[in-house]
Amino acid sequence: MTNMKTCLGGAALLAGAAMFAGTATAAETIKIGASLAVTGPASFLGDPEAKTLELYVDQINKDGGVNGKELELIVYDDGGNANKARTFATRLVEDDGIVAMVGGSTTGATMAMVPVFEDAGIPFISLAGAVVIIDPVKEFIFKTPHTDRMACEKIFTDMKARGIARIGMISGTGGFGKSMRSQCLDVVGNYGIEIVADETYGPKDSDMTPQLTNIKSADGLQAVINPGFGQGPAIVTRNYSQLGFDVPLYQSHGVASKSFIDLAGDSAEGVRLPASALLVAEKLPDSDPQKAVVTGYKSTYEDATGQPVSTFGGHAYDGLMILVEAMKRAGSEDPAAIRDEIEKTSDFMGTAGVVNMSADDHLGLDLSAFRMLEIRDGDWSLVE
Amino acid sequence: MPALLSHRLAVPLVIALVVVALSFALPSNFYLRVAALVWISALAVIGLNLLMGYAGQVSLGHAGFFGLGAYAVAVLPAQFALHPLLAALVGAVICGLIAFVVGRPILKLKGHYLAVATLGFGILIAMAISNEAWLTGGPDGMPVSRMTLFGWRARGAETWYWITGGLLVVGAWIAVNLVASPTGRALRALHDSEVAARVAGIDVARYKVRVFVISAVYASVAGSALALVNGFVTPETANFMHSIELVTMVVVGGMGSILGSVAGAAILVVLPQVLTAFHEYEHMLLGLMMMVIMIVLRSGIVPSLAALIQRRRK
Repeated sequence: MTNMKTCLGGAALLAGAAMFAGTATAAETIKIGASLAVTGPASFLGDPEAKTLELYVDQINKDGGVNGKELELIVYDDGGNANKARTFATRLVEDDGIVAMVGGSTTGATMAMVPVFEDAGIPFISLAGAVVIIDPVKEFIFKTPHTDRMACEKIFTDMKARGIARIGMISGTGGFGKSMRSQCLDVVGNYGIEIVADETYGPKDSDMTPQLTNIKSADGLQAVINPGFGQGPAIVTRNYSQLGFDVPLYQSHGVASKSFIDLAGDSAEGVRLPASALLVAEKLPDSDPQKAVVTGYKSTYEDATGQPVSTFGGHAYDGLMILVEAMKRAGSEDPAAIRDEIEKTSDFMGTAGVVNMSADDHLGLDLSAFRMLEIRDGDWSLVE
Repeated sequence: MPALLSHRLAVPLVIALVVVALSFALPSNFYLRVAALVWISALAVIGLNLLMGYAGQVSLGHAGFFGLGAYAVAVLPAQFALHPLLAALVGAVICGLIAFVVGRPILKLKGHYLAVATLGFGILIAMAISNEAWLTGGPDGMPVSRMTLFGWRARGAETWYWITGGLLVVGAWIAVNLVASPTGRALRALHDSEVAARVAGIDVARYKVRVFVISAVYASVAGSALALVNGFVTPETANFMHSIELVTMVVVGGMGSILGSVAGAAILVVLPQVLTAFHEYEHMLLGLMMMVIMIVLRSGIVPSLAALIQRRRK
């Protein structure tokens, strides 16, 4: 592929023609589609997802494929744009003739594609976060990532165990922060916890001291929770320690990456957050049933790409493996049969946790999917 | 033949023939969908071309109107149980009113200043759409209820192919009539020289606002059509990149050419689908082709080719 860079014009055209011919003549393969945000603002999701799918489809084919046939993966780059995703979904169904679909990186793109797969009767495993994808349940639609609501529940469970009942909330106004804030407000009552201060900040704000000062003055404050994504939470964490809060700070799974600790520095000490087991793969005790899966995926991905593993690629791994196992159980490439088997997935151990799907749960994860972490000495450590 | 081609109705007729002919040639729903997306984009581009190509005013915020039209058919039926067609109409009226109100002060600006002002306006609408989550669903977008008409549900790629194709023909027909009217002549006059136009007794400010309103309504209707076709809207329909895409379609197809608008839309919608075969080189090739088109066919595809054919004939 590298020599194509040097003589772009003609060579690229020829290569393209060859690829066209290649896909046209390849027979007896099982076609799987994916439309991912490989480029654009959501590429931090789509890029590791696409790499993971390509990596593991190659590996599965080397090991003899599925039901004696090779898998053929068709990936399109929708850039996170819902309209493009919808077009690619139509193309995958109508033109490429896929039997199943993995991916949709963003909630918007996924929701735009849902009607295409519902109409065509082809199973679609989404890699996007929001709970609307599977609630209400749609016949052919599944998803692998845990939801924001589960992150809220995990945090509130931990708070309750520590005897915390009055909390402040400061959330970002981006898609992630907004969605998680409303999910947290929805479930907070179930835990006997009261939100005594509710503040927000914009995605580009560089100082959250005023909002935090408001929260600090709330009566009987016992903890603060910060649903947010990107660098906002790092700034909140810095301001939080500058203002000398003496109650614990909870961050969301949205900041579960090393760069958060780098940005927040010493202020991050003692911050708790729910995160995927992938983040602490090596720190899990050997007795942990998830350890083999997460360390296996982590080393495979990092060896092949030379990039640090992310939970998003893990969602793609889970989606592909759930699909492959369903196809093996079904013993055919009939989309309806595959759908039925995906729905019967039970005790599947993925990077996100144990998956047990049913007719009214197309996600199948429980709260054990999340690990509660605390940042100690500039590194993650398991709380449980 | 030349006399026939120069007739006012030739352009919408050609477009109608293309729509009908393509319907026989396209093999699957995927192609029908891509064609429907071309018709929708072309409709918005024709409106923008009236503003840019005929009146010579730039707008870098047209996706704002497009987005308003799209969200009108999503929000109004959901909140007020309005029929989608009525919602599209309300959206178009709202866009026209907004264009009328902001048009007067904005269109006093010229060149770069006008570009920046319209850009700011577009970004403002995009921000409002992604921030007012209680109304618009925020950055994740919101669903659009399917359109029913006398108990018949509009769904399926083929239905929408015909609906959007019909809209485009009507849009093109209105546009050629407008261009041939005194308003059209006034617009071209102020494109060439505002001072000369004013001397000739043309109310420059009024005509500018008028064409701005018309182009906003075109964008709004196109946006409504896209929302109904997709059954789902996201804030990207209103964002800055989409505005740039619309402007690019106008320039590539040819400023001041209705057929060019369709050609520009077709190229920018279809090319990315063709180029997916090149995987990671997709975006590079798209950029390269745009550059080549602009260097070789300097005044846009349709006007450049038309000039070429005319020169050959002589």
